Amino acid sequence: MTATIEKKRAPFPIAFYRSAVGKKWVMALTGIGLILFVVAHMVGNWKIFFPDVDGIPEIDLYAEALRSLLFPLVPEHIVLWILRTGLIAIFLLHIHAAYSLTLMNRRARTERYEGPRTYVAANYASRTMRWSGTIFGFFVLFHLADLTWGAQPAAPATWEHGEVYANFIATFSRAPVTLFYVISMGLLGIHLYHGAWSMFQSLGLNHPRFNAWRKGFAVSLAVFVFVGNAIMPLAVLFGFVA
Amino acid sequence: MKVNLQVWRQEGPEAAGAFKTYEVDKISEEMSFLEMLDILNEQLVNKGEEPIAFDHDCREGICGTCGVMINGQPHGPQLGTATCQLHMRKFDDGATLVVEPWRATGFPLVRDLIVDRSAFDRIIEGGGYISVDTGSAPDANLTPIPKMVADTAFDAAACIGCGACVAACPNGAANLFTAAKISHLNLLPQGQAERWSRTENMVEIMEEYFGSCTNHGECEKACPKSISIDFIAMMNSDYVKAKFKNRRLVAQS
Ligand code: FES
Repeated sequence: MTATIEKKRAPFPIAFYRSAVGKKWVMALTGIGLILFVVAHMVGNWKIFFPDVDGIPEIDLYAEALRSLLFPLVPEHIVLWILRTGLIAIFLLHIHAAYSLTLMNRRARTERYEGPRTYVAANYASRTMRWSGTIFGFFVLFHLADLTWGAQPAAPATWEHGEVYANFIATFSRAPVTLFYVISMGLLGIHLYHGAWSMFQSLGLNHPRFNAWRKGFAVSLAVFVFVGNAIMPLAVLFGFVA
Repeated sequence: MKVNLQVWRQEGPEAAGAFKTYEVDKISEEMSFLEMLDILNEQLVNKGEEPIAFDHDCREGICGTCGVMINGQPHGPQLGTATCQLHMRKFDDGATLVVEPWRATGFPLVRDLIVDRSAFDRIIEGGGYISVDTGSAPDANLTPIPKMVADTAFDAAACIGCGACVAACPNGAANLFTAAKISHLNLLPQGQAERWSRTENMVEIMEEYFGSCTNHGECEKACPKSISIDFIAMMNSDYVKAKFKNRRLVAQS
């Protein structure tokens, strides 16, 4: 006799996603996707530190190149939109998995401890993932309104489509906006510190040979993303880039 | 020595509970935490009050029956120690100790400090066993198992099923318990036949009762047997494999 319980089975990916272990797997994979995007986005934007090419800021050329990726092989903007759709899907999956796991965890302890709890291993980052994630989600909306859509009042009054460099300078010359960006990057760093370690566990990537490196990787990634992103608005605010 | 206790008293599952304060005097440092509760209970009985209900059995840290929250930590502040093996010398004279039952939806409260942990039995029923032929006993050491594998399986098998991992987990997850129970069989040759059905069933039954793991690592620190969360990673990887395996070809991998 084997212990196979015959249940009515949903199609494989749905059945897998229904389990919490499956959802954590999805969280980890989408997390990797989002990390790759964040790093690529950051490195690409470092072009603001580069000199102009024929009087045009290099980042403007870079933005145009992104918009017309693989053009004229494929219609303009197509590749960009495929990438964007993928990114949005990944983002939504990450949020949905987090949301339903949070509900599950709330149900798992409806009566909370009455006395004070003493935590030994859980840290600030691991215990605030939902908050750092949610607040960061709002930051993303602001960021899109500010620099992608040019929607007032998030965007500076002088915002103009395609003038990436000018918009960049205009937005970060406003001290509160710069402060908000830097704080949000701090939150992202905290989120990544736990997330980048946690994903190894969720994916079952556990090996005596690299276990010791997992925390180190998470710290380095968090610091790299925080510093790499925060220097850009700060450079504008303090006049190193103008 | 003397301690001030704040103990959770609750007459039954539906009754309202509250902390009640007790002072226990003239206890020896050599006493275990449970012996200190025995003394208190004796005093309560002498006064005609209801004694505090708490679970215990072996009192030598091997059965997993005992377990309460002491000052917000399952089994108290000493790492790798069950409540019955925790000694009063770990506390300062005159200390205030808050004593509370495990709290998790999967562990409904029975009375005072006792919770019903039968959800763990449901998980075990899902696959915490191996199938063997009865008959004459096989020769010893018939199945070669590398030392390292045997040791790891034994580390997992050290789980006494007390539920401290669930109690410690901010999400009320039972992943450490389930992972330990799955791993100690999945690691050994004898456990291979049911490996994939075991992993799938036990994980899915676990999720009916408990929360999900967010890798805080609290459970590992609360575990009286210091079972590593590495086993949770093993379980996650086996669960995904179980879902992807073509079971007809399973013997070939
Ligand atoms: S009473 Fe058996 S482990 Fe504590």
